[in-house]
Amino acid sequence: MGKKQLRRMDLIFANDEDFRDILKQTLARPNEEIIEDMISSGLKGRGGAGFPTGLKWKLTAEEKAKNKYIICNADEGEPGTFKDREILTQVSYKVLAGMAVCAKITGAKEGFIYLRGEYKFLVPLLNQELDKFHSACSELGLKFNVKIFMGSGAYICGEESALMESMEGRRGEPRNKPPFPTVKGYRGCPTVINNVETLAHTFTIFKYGPRKFRDLGVQDSRGSKLFSVSGDTPTPGIYELELGMTVQDFVDDFGDGDTKAVQVGGASGFLVPRKRFKETAIGYQGKLTGISLPTGGSMMIYNSSRSMYNVLNNYLDFFQEESCGQCTPCRVGCQQLVKGVDAVKRGDKPTAYLDKLLKLTDTMKFTAKCGLGQSVANSFQSIVENFREEMIY
Amino acid sequence: MAKIINLTINGIAVSIEEDKTILEAAEKLNIKIPTLCYHKDLCVAGNCRVCVVEQVGSKKLLAACANPVHEGMEIETNSLIVRNSRKHIIELLLSEHNADCTKCYKNGNCELQELSSEYKITNSDFIDLVPSKNYQIDTLSPSLVKDDSKCIRCQRCVRTCSEIQHLSALSVAHKGDHMKISSFFDKPMNEVVCSNCGQCIIHCPTGALVERNYIEEVWDALADPDLHVVVQTAPAVRVGLGEEFDSYGSRVTGKMVSALKRLGFNSVLDTDFTADLTILEEGTELLTRLKKSIVGKENGVQLPMFTSCSPGWIKFIEHSFPEYLDNLSTCKSPQQMFGALAKTYYAQSRGIESDKIVSVSIMPCTAKKYEADRPEMRDSGYKDVDYVLTTRELAIMIKQAGIEFNNLDDEKFDKLMGNSSGAAVIFGSTGGVMEAALRTAYELVTGREVPFKNLEIIPVRGMKGIKEASVLIENPVDDWKFLDGVELKCAIAHGLENAHQLLTDIKAKKAEYHFVEVMACPGGCLGGGGQPIPTSPEIRAKRMKAIYDEDKDKPIRKSHENPEVAQLYEEFLGKPLGEKSHKLLHTHYTPRDRY
Repeated sequence: MGKKQLRRMDLIFANDEDFRDILKQTLARPNEEIIEDMISSGLKGRGGAGFPTGLKWKLTAEEKAKNKYIICNADEGEPGTFKDREILTQVSYKVLAGMAVCAKITGAKEGFIYLRGEYKFLVPLLNQELDKFHSACSELGLKFNVKIFMGSGAYICGEESALMESMEGRRGEPRNKPPFPTVKGYRGCPTVINNVETLAHTFTIFKYGPRKFRDLGVQDSRGSKLFSVSGDTPTPGIYELELGMTVQDFVDDFGDGDTKAVQVGGASGFLVPRKRFKETAIGYQGKLTGISLPTGGSMMIYNSSRSMYNVLNNYLDFFQEESCGQCTPCRVGCQQLVKGVDAVKRGDKPTAYLDKLLKLTDTMKFTAKCGLGQSVANSFQSIVENFREEMIY
Repeated sequence: MAKIINLTINGIAVSIEEDKTILEAAEKLNIKIPTLCYHKDLCVAGNCRVCVVEQVGSKKLLAACANPVHEGMEIETNSLIVRNSRKHIIELLLSEHNADCTKCYKNGNCELQELSSEYKITNSDFIDLVPSKNYQIDTLSPSLVKDDSKCIRCQRCVRTCSEIQHLSALSVAHKGDHMKISSFFDKPMNEVVCSNCGQCIIHCPTGALVERNYIEEVWDALADPDLHVVVQTAPAVRVGLGEEFDSYGSRVTGKMVSALKRLGFNSVLDTDFTADLTILEEGTELLTRLKKSIVGKENGVQLPMFTSCSPGWIKFIEHSFPEYLDNLSTCKSPQQMFGALAKTYYAQSRGIESDKIVSVSIMPCTAKKYEADRPEMRDSGYKDVDYVLTTRELAIMIKQAGIEFNNLDDEKFDKLMGNSSGAAVIFGSTGGVMEAALRTAYELVTGREVPFKNLEIIPVRGMKGIKEASVLIENPVDDWKFLDGVELKCAIAHGLENAHQLLTDIKAKKAEYHFVEVMACPGGCLGGGGQPIPTSPEIRAKRMKAIYDEDKDKPIRKSHENPEVAQLYEEFLGKPLGEKSHKLLHTHYTPRDRY
C-alpha cells in the first residue's frame, strides 16, 4: 500500500511567524497589483465551485456602493469534508489576513465568519484570534471588523445566497441569480464570499507571490488543495496535495488495496469506479467532462465490502432532507429518487425505471434553482451508470 | 431612460428595457411561457421552475420569471429540452399533489390543472407521494380552508401574507421533503394572526386555500317555506361578479339583482343602504370627537379616528396595534348594520318575526364571514348576519341554478333598505369611504357641497398605497363654528402592509391626521379576497373604474340625501348616535395576541 506516495505540501498549515509583516507589506501594495497577483496565481474557489478568486475580488472592488461585506464561508457541510475546521483551529490568522486584504481592496468595513453550527466549540478560540487580528488591523490603520455568525446546521446554508438569507434573519433559501453576490450580496450590498481554504491560500500568495502557487498543479487547476480523506483507508486525515493527480495515484497512496470506487467531492460530487481511476484527474480542468473532477476536497474511499446501492441511498436520503424545499425539481425530485431506487430494488418498478430516473436527474441538473439540486445528478448518474446491477440485485 | 436590450425569442427579435425579464419580453411577442409561482402582485420567487427556457449556448435552463434580459440573448421557449423539463416539473408537482380534481372546490379554476391539461400529463409513472405525506386539512377558520394536500409550495400565499398584508400568518416551515406552508407552530388558522382577508385565496394557484363556503346552508334556507331570506349585496360585488361570466370591468348590478330574485331570495336589498347609514353615524362620530377635542379640550378623545368597515383591518389592528383600538370608529361595518336592522327594523316594518328571518350577505370578502361570526355581532338578539357568501360563491349558485347570467334583464333592488347613493357605491374602492364621508360631513358643517367638481374628490382616489388629503373648513354654519379655519387632515391606506406603515408613522408622530380610512385589501373591497380569481393590478383598475362610473350614474350622490335612510331615522332610530343606534349599530373590539 502506498508504494507510490504523492507529494505532501505544507503551505496551509505551515506556521508563519511573520504573519503581521506579510499583512503589513500586502496592505501597503496597490490594489491593482494584488488583484493582478491573485488572478495570475490561478487560485480558484476551494469550496468546490471553482470560481476564480481574483476575479471575484476584482468584480466586487469595481462595484460602487456605500457598504460592502467580506464573508468567510465556514459552513463546511459537504459530507466527507473536515478541512476548514482544521484550518480555523490551526491557522485562522491566514484566513483573517485574506479577509483583511480583500477588505482593503474592495473597501469593505465589515466581515463575517459564517461558522457551521456544529463548530461552536471553535468560537472561544476564534474570538481570541479575532482580538489579535483586530489589534493588528488598528495598528496597520485598517478599519475592518470581523464577527462570527453561527449557522444552525442546515446544509443548504453553505450555498452562498442561502447563507446570506440566513444571516439576514430569513429562511435559508437560495436566491435567484443574477444578481450575484459581487453585485448584490449580504443586505443587498456587494459582497465577497470565499471558502475558508480559499482565503487561507491567499496568504500563501501574499507571502510567496503568485508564481510559487502557479507552479503547483496543472493547467487551469493551479496550486495545492486540502483533501479530506475518509472511508476504507488505512490513513484517513487531511492532506495537502497538488491538484491534477489521477484518482489512480490517489488510490495507490491512500487506498487499502481493495478500493472499488472513490467519491470525489462529497455527496454532491461524483463516484469514480475502479475502471476509471486512471483516466480521471482531480482539478477544474475541462470542467465536468468526466475525466477531471472539481472538488471541495472530500475523498471517500469505498472498498469491495460496500454496497453501492446503500451508498447511493445514503446520499439521496441526505439530499431529500437537506433540500431547502423551495424549488420543485430539487424538493420533489429528491423524494422521487429515494422512493424510485427503493421501488426498483424491491421489484415494484421495472429496471427500466432507472432510466426514467436518470432523465429526471438531467432535468434536476438543468432546472434546479441552486447548486444543491443541480448536483444531485452527479452522484446519482455516476453510481447508477457504473453500478446498475447493484441497484437491481 | 432605461437602456434598450435586443434579443431573440424563438428566433423572433424583440427589444425591451434592460431591467425586464425574459418572461416580460416573451409577453411582448405574445409568446406564453407557463408560470405557477409568478404573480404580478408579488415579488419574484423563481421556485416552481415551470417557466424554464433555454438560452442557446448554455447548458442550464433559465427561469424566465427571474432572469433579466441580456443583449444578444437567444431564447428558446419550446425546444425539446424545455418541453421535457417542463413536463417533468409538472409531473413532479402532481406526484406531491392530491389530484382528486373532480372532487376539488377549485375544479375548473386551477392553474395546475390547466397546465397539466395543456401538457397532457396522462401517464406519468412517478411514484405517488401523497400517501406518505400525512397531509392535514384545516377547517377551523370561519373564513378559509387550508388543505395542504393541494399545496404546490409556490409560496404565493406566503409572499401575499407578508408583502401585501404584513402579517405572515402563513410562512414556510421545515425543509426538504417536510417543507410545508404553515402557521405559527402549525396552529389552526382561527388561532393565529390571520386577518381572514382571503388575499392568500385569490393568489393561490390551486385548491390549497379556498373560502369556507356556505352555499348548501343558503340553499337549505331558500328551500324552507317558513323562512324569509333577505340578501344584501356589497358595492364591490357588482363590479366583480361579471368576471365569473367572462365580462371584465362591467357593472352588472341589475343582472345581479335579477339573478338573486331568481335564486329565490325573498327580498333583494343593498349593503349600500347601510353604507349611507354608516356615513351618517360615522360622520357624526367624527364631528363629535373633533368637538370634544377642540372645544372641550377633553383628554382621552382618540384622534385620528379610523374607519371600521373592513373586518380584515379590524382583526389586524386587534393583533398588531391594540393600543389604537380606541381610535377605531365604534360603527359596525355596513354588513353588520344591515344585519342588525334586518332582524329589527326590517322585521317590524314587514311584520315578520325576527326568528323567521335568515339574513344572507354577498361580499367581496372572506373576512366578513369571520365578522358575522363575532360574538359582538348579535345585538338584534339573533345572529345579525347568518351567512356570508363571497362573489365567487354567488356565481357558483347562479351556475348551479342554470341561470344564464349574461342574458338576464336588469332589475331593481327591493324597497326598504334597497335604496342607496353614489357615495355608498364608492365604499367598494379605496378612498371611497373617505370621499363619501367628506361629501356629507363638509356639507353638514358648512351648508355647502364639497369644493370639488362633480363631487369627485380626486386626491382620495387611485391606487397609491397611502394617500393623503386635507380639506379646509371655512365659514361653517353656527353649530360647527369651532371648526372654522380647521384643516381637516385625512389619510387613506389599502393593503395591510400600507396600513402598517401608516400606523407606524402615526405612532412615531411622523404624521398627524383627523380621519384615516383603512381597507385590508389592495384597491379596497374591489380587490377583496372574496372576489373572482384571478386578480391583478389591471383587473383591479377596471373594477375601480366601474365603481366610479356607477357613482356618476346615480341620481343621488350623497349619503345624507338617501330618503330611505331619512325614513329609517324618522321611523326607528331617532337620530345618529342615538340610543337605538348605539345598541344596534355600534360596537367595540378586543386586543389579541401577535402570533
